[in-house]
Amino acid sequence: MTSRRRFLASTAAAAAAAVLAPHVASAQAAAARVVVVGGGFAGTTCARTLRKLDPALSVTLVEANADFVACPFSNEVIAGLRDLKQQQFGYTTLARDGVTLAHSSATAVDPGGRTVTLENGTRLSFDRLVLAPGIDLRWDGLPGYTQDAAERMPHAWKAGAQTLLLRRQLEAMDDGGVVVMSAPANPFRCPPGPYERASLIAYYLKTKKPKSKLILLDAKDAFSKQRLFQSAWAALYPGLLEWVGLSAGGKVTSVEPSSLTFITDFARHKAAVANVIPPQKAARIAELAGVADRTGWCPVDPSTFESTLQSGIHVIGDAAIMGAMPKSAFAANAQAKACAAAVVARLAGQGVAEPRLINTCYSLVAPDYGISVAGVYRPTNGQLADIAGAGGVSPLDADAAFRAQEALYAQGWFKTITAEVFG
Amino acid sequence: MVSVAKTTSAPLRPFGAPPQLRRGGNAAILTAALLWAGAAAAASPEAPAGALSCSGCHPAGKGVDTPVLSLAGRAPADLAAAMRDFRNGARAPTVMGRIAKGFTDPEIDALAAWFGAQKD
Repeated sequence: MTSRRRFLASTAAAAAAAVLAPHVASAQAAAARVVVVGGGFAGTTCARTLRKLDPALSVTLVEANADFVACPFSNEVIAGLRDLKQQQFGYTTLARDGVTLAHSSATAVDPGGRTVTLENGTRLSFDRLVLAPGIDLRWDGLPGYTQDAAERMPHAWKAGAQTLLLRRQLEAMDDGGVVVMSAPANPFRCPPGPYERASLIAYYLKTKKPKSKLILLDAKDAFSKQRLFQSAWAALYPGLLEWVGLSAGGKVTSVEPSSLTFITDFARHKAAVANVIPPQKAARIAELAGVADRTGWCPVDPSTFESTLQSGIHVIGDAAIMGAMPKSAFAANAQAKACAAAVVARLAGQGVAEPRLINTCYSLVAPDYGISVAGVYRPTNGQLADIAGAGGVSPLDADAAFRAQEALYAQGWFKTITAEVFG
Repeated sequence: MVSVAKTTSAPLRPFGAPPQLRRGGNAAILTAALLWAGAAAAASPEAPAGALSCSGCHPAGKGVDTPVLSLAGRAPADLAAAMRDFRNGARAPTVMGRIAKGFTDPEIDALAAWFGAQKD
């Protein structure tokens, strides 16, 4: 381009900006309103990032709980290695970023009228809605497993009272008892979570109640970081931890809470301590908003995370279908930041740049034995897909120092992400 | 003189001119000017692909007790060299080798420049 053309172009641009400025200014005066539902890793990150990207936005975070209890590392709480207090985070720092907190739960969404109704009667209007409601347990998904049953056979798949209940049951169990766990079919929150939990419970049993045993009944034959887990189990917990996959009869078809029994097509497994990780779906508000499909999860555009079923509503975190990306806190945090950028761009009438997302999930097989899976993702054919050649799991043949280093990085990750989201 | 034009446009271009503005016709110029005003109001330089994910492990602020380094304010050349070393195995990684393989050379350079420009 010649200097003359550059001059003309910039002059024209300045003129255009001057002409258009009043419209831009009036649009900003009536601040765009974004409502975010759910104060977990996804929702809290998104609300704060929205305000950082555009301090003129009106951002309201809807969350019923006074404190957040983080699931990552809650398996360490169950195994007596960590205090539940280390999992708890408050929402006081949100005000610093100018996020308004609505302490209530969302009970209805009107996608056409663009309003959210809260349990306390408030109705919030929005220009864009971000749903980050997490999961609900499917109380109709496993015969015999009801909310009452969860008091005898805890799920501990939402951290808090359930986490402590399972820990107390393990502490009260006699040495020589059999702990039985069940893991659901895909998809579910935290794909490596059941196997990390089995590992850390096995660590507790090995160190505190060595005559005991753990059986993990699984509705599938393949799971996250499988070879790493199985190789570590063989080395650390031989004869103590038994995994029963689908083809070996591991699928639990019903439970009997009164006798702490898991029933499969082939056997009845009576437990001294029973942990049921039941089938899951997107939390109820997603269904009420019309963004969940027949699978119970929420299909979204992989660049903007806008629902493919309702315009103006974005879904992030565990509730959404994210293609190859797993339902993890790291993924939720990464999606939330990309979603905030997309919401800001959309509100300004701009296009959205193709996002590149990263996930890293650490699991502890023992306190000083960490393993990881990572992935790098980009939108491909309407889904977030793995970038070929990137990602994967820790090496199978790594030495003890490598495992210890990953355990250290796991601890560092938790401190870093919770500082970013809640600090 | 060319510098007059540059000076005039500078306050409007804190993050570099959109490509449309450099090569487009009048309609593109109008659109670009509008979009661009929005971006400037948000005071947010466009983060390059993948940049927003990094703070999951690399602390964005001070005071986090982690062995993982903060990336903000580091020399872009060092950051880019480290990413390339991770990618080709010259530097022994745990997880970073697997992540670095998801980025091309230009993407690595863009990430390095962006983090280098962050306040330490």
